[in-house]
Amino acid sequence: MDPTFLDNSLWRNIYCNLAGDSAGCAARDYSAGMLPGGMEWLAFALAAAAIIGLFVNGILGGVIVLIWGERRLFGRFQNRTGPNRWGPFGMLTSVADAIKTMFKEDVVPKDADRILFNLAPVMIAAPALLVFAVIPFGVGTYVADLNVGVLFIMAVTSLTTLAVLTAAWSSGNRIAILSAFRSVALLISYEIPMALALVGVIMLAGSMSLGQIIQAQSIPFILVQPLAVFVFFIAAMAEMARAPFDLTEAESELAAGYLNDYASMKFGIFFLAEFMAEISTSAIVTVLFLGGWRGWEPVPSHLWFGAKLILVLFVIIWFRMTLPRLRIDQVLKLAWKGLFELTLINIVVTAVLIAIWPEPTTTRLWIMAAVNWPVAIISIWAVSKLLGTPGYDDPQPDLDAPVYPVATEQIPGSAVHVSSAPGTGTQDRVSGAADSHIEQGGN
Amino acid sequence: MAIKTQPVTVNLGPQHPSTHGVFRLRVMFDGEEIVDVEPVFGYLHRGSEKLAEERTYTQIVTLTDRMDYVSPMLNNQAYMLAVEKLAGIEPSPRGVWLRMIAAELQRVASHLVATGFLLQDLGALGTPLIYAMRERENILDLFEMLCGARITNSYLRPGGVFMDAPAEFWTALDRELVDIVNTLDELEEYLSGNEIVFSRTKGTAVLSPELLINASITGPMLRASGVDWDLRHRNPYDYYDRIEFKRILHTASDNYARYWVRVQEARESVKIVRQCIDQIEPGPVRPPFSEVPRLIRPPVGDAYVAIEGSKGELGFYIVSDGGISPYRMHVRAPSLINLTLLRDMLIGGLFGDLFVSFGSIDLNMGEVDR
Amino acid sequence: MIGLGLPRGFLVTLKNFFRTPVTVQYPDRHVGLFGAAKEAGMNPFRFLVKRPGDSIKAIAGLATVPVALEQSPRFRGNEFTFYEDRCTACASCAKYCPLGIIEIVSVPGKIDAQEGESYKLEVFDIDIGRCMFCGLCVEACPYDALHMGTKFERSTYVRDELVLNLAELNAAEKKPSSFYRPQFEEKAFDPYTETIDDHHDAGRHERPSDEELKKKWVDER
Repeated sequence: MDPTFLDNSLWRNIYCNLAGDSAGCAARDYSAGMLPGGMEWLAFALAAAAIIGLFVNGILGGVIVLIWGERRLFGRFQNRTGPNRWGPFGMLTSVADAIKTMFKEDVVPKDADRILFNLAPVMIAAPALLVFAVIPFGVGTYVADLNVGVLFIMAVTSLTTLAVLTAAWSSGNRIAILSAFRSVALLISYEIPMALALVGVIMLAGSMSLGQIIQAQSIPFILVQPLAVFVFFIAAMAEMARAPFDLTEAESELAAGYLNDYASMKFGIFFLAEFMAEISTSAIVTVLFLGGWRGWEPVPSHLWFGAKLILVLFVIIWFRMTLPRLRIDQVLKLAWKGLFELTLINIVVTAVLIAIWPEPTTTRLWIMAAVNWPVAIISIWAVSKLLGTPGYDDPQPDLDAPVYPVATEQIPGSAVHVSSAPGTGTQDRVSGAADSHIEQGGN
Repeated sequence: MAIKTQPVTVNLGPQHPSTHGVFRLRVMFDGEEIVDVEPVFGYLHRGSEKLAEERTYTQIVTLTDRMDYVSPMLNNQAYMLAVEKLAGIEPSPRGVWLRMIAAELQRVASHLVATGFLLQDLGALGTPLIYAMRERENILDLFEMLCGARITNSYLRPGGVFMDAPAEFWTALDRELVDIVNTLDELEEYLSGNEIVFSRTKGTAVLSPELLINASITGPMLRASGVDWDLRHRNPYDYYDRIEFKRILHTASDNYARYWVRVQEARESVKIVRQCIDQIEPGPVRPPFSEVPRLIRPPVGDAYVAIEGSKGELGFYIVSDGGISPYRMHVRAPSLINLTLLRDMLIGGLFGDLFVSFGSIDLNMGEVDR
Repeated sequence: MIGLGLPRGFLVTLKNFFRTPVTVQYPDRHVGLFGAAKEAGMNPFRFLVKRPGDSIKAIAGLATVPVALEQSPRFRGNEFTFYEDRCTACASCAKYCPLGIIEIVSVPGKIDAQEGESYKLEVFDIDIGRCMFCGLCVEACPYDALHMGTKFERSTYVRDELVLNLAELNAAEKKPSSFYRPQFEEKAFDPYTETIDDHHDAGRHERPSDEELKKKWVDER
């Protein structure tokens, strides 16, 4: 473990630059801080404010750009341009949306529990922001590198379940609660595959800290652990309630959703929290599976991180655009009967390979990659056979099934064929009319 | 210990993005299973049949455009055939070929709309819908070339059509037929192998052929259950007996079968158009005004003609009293008749399948309410 | 439940991602620097030098270029082209209209002595607020006096302005659409760029020359 790496967080950099020689910064050579001696509390406060300002504004800015980018990408997938009116290339469209949302009337239903009703948007936005505290955006750009980083992420993303239930319950709306039940069932079903998929990654890296995981990726883990990335990706999309799992926000589903009673900016915060979750999920996938900020030297690490993040976001948006929705029972079946088994297979195979080759070298990673890909393909195929229903793969009709004969004229060989015989009609065709020259007067 | 549950009634009101028009559905469901369904329609009733008693036969063509507003050419064709039978008019051949081409193109457009919206209801967030609509836009541009308007065509007149196709129509049509087949291939590639579509649509809302025949259901819904009934083969009108095309049948009468039948029928319509282009001959598109005047007065009597519309058997029953307007006009709207099976389709199913099943009937509220 | 069907769908969507969008950005389209320079007909460098303000706007994404829709010459637009000289106030259009929105009032009067007595058209109102632009009136007109137009942007703020009276019809630009007017198609007339101002050119039949008219009405009488 490299102490300078651990100690290199952004927070510590700002604090030590301000505070100087005080405790904790002696390991580094900050001989003279910017502030005089006894004002560590001021350094602390300023550092905290700087971090909060930087991260929160950065993330919100990222969300604004993501909303615009997602709508433009939607358009391009659908052969149309996305929004391109407001601002250069339409980049201010989300600002216009935010202003519109703010001007709406904030309605609180009569039967609502006011405290919880107002608290629910906060409960959903706070965990979405908290996840960014452990993600390294580049060399040295992180707030804290907890040595239980992955566990922290899993724990914090689970808090959204509570927020959804609070939002529905406090609306006092019976149908909203029904919708929230389905959403909560979805969320908690997919927590387990999501967490278990990361066990393989943790075993390979030897630690739960995100910095260590990035250090351990001499080849990105997407090549080494295909099952894990497959399961994690699907589970993460379900956690974000994205297509194909967006049954709770479908307009053609239940007439009300759990968000039905939320009006202007509270709804806006739910909306923002969903996009923040999208960015945080993409960031997690980038860090854990694509190697984070690792890349080749001349290009700065932040740019590598950004490029990988954009790639993962593109894939998420692509999946959203292409796939239709699944029903709730199919969703739950997929989680419990499909993804869960795949994660168990992944853990077992990874553990066996680590037991055989205990030293963390790059060669071990290549061997694991070579073994894991065939295992992944075979197990996905096997699980899909287990889940699927026979006859579901065939797009063509069953030509052996009997065709219903109609009691009137029987055309011989009544099946899908070319009709060569002229049909015998019981209705006279128009040309057989007797008087086709009609003397009509007037015009 | 048995859990005591209570059924919930939800009103899917007249304004709803997935009800294909203004249609109200009161659904009572218990957990996820639908227990009772009560459809309420009539929000789009405009009194077309009563208005038809005030208008002359040519003016009623503009009324028929607006009944099933995604397939106006087919409405016009059904109405015109009824008028021609009532008045004993012999249509001119080129007019008949042109209206067959227009009708088959319209069938493709209508099936594209039906498929696109079915997939939209499945939740694909608009991508297949836009692909289908992109192709329909090209077909509507062809109609604009023919008659000046994209949707409210009023292209047909007693005895034929009112104007011949311009020269640029035929080249555009050839190009467009290739594009339609490409788009249908793309839609099928996208969706006919898609496991999510399979699992959502296969095995849901299965209807037996006996039930369908007893309920007078026609169209793709009937052919998806294996009943071999297509009016273009059984009672050929216009020149459909000079054209060869397959009858598309599917035997599993579920949502997937109905979607599949419509996509294949669209392909067959393209083949029909190609045969019409080969067989069309130059000539007048409309009988001269000395034979069929502008204001026709059919003799006293009645006539019923049904064609194979895009949604089923579309029939017009016209009673004439010898004057310039009909005494009574009644439309056998396939969407309304097909709607009567809604309860059989939905009750016992899951709530998630409601809009998918509803979309597979392919309703058009303009036709249901007239 | 997982097979090869889903990846094929992804490939279709990805292929469509790389196609050009089919959007027609009517009425105006945002252009960048190169588009603005092409619109002005200049080299981009010359555009940058000669029109710095416009080029900054173009780079910022604020410059727009007007876009016209592609319509066919037979398009039934929201306006009418009316040649009063051809109209005889026979009111066939009014009789043919399914909605009855054309109002025609004519009085007898001696207008053109050479061609005999004719009617003076006093009121010719078309209510385009209720018109459905079916074109039956155009089909009915025996003298090719009334034609469909091609425009479609006729919104007003006041509903009464939607009743076109004779003065407005006469003052409007004469761009008749080829709807039910085969003579315009034979001449390959494009209503989007040309006009037909002379009412003699709007008809189906050739107007006889002055000598023939003189021969018929004056000499042989």
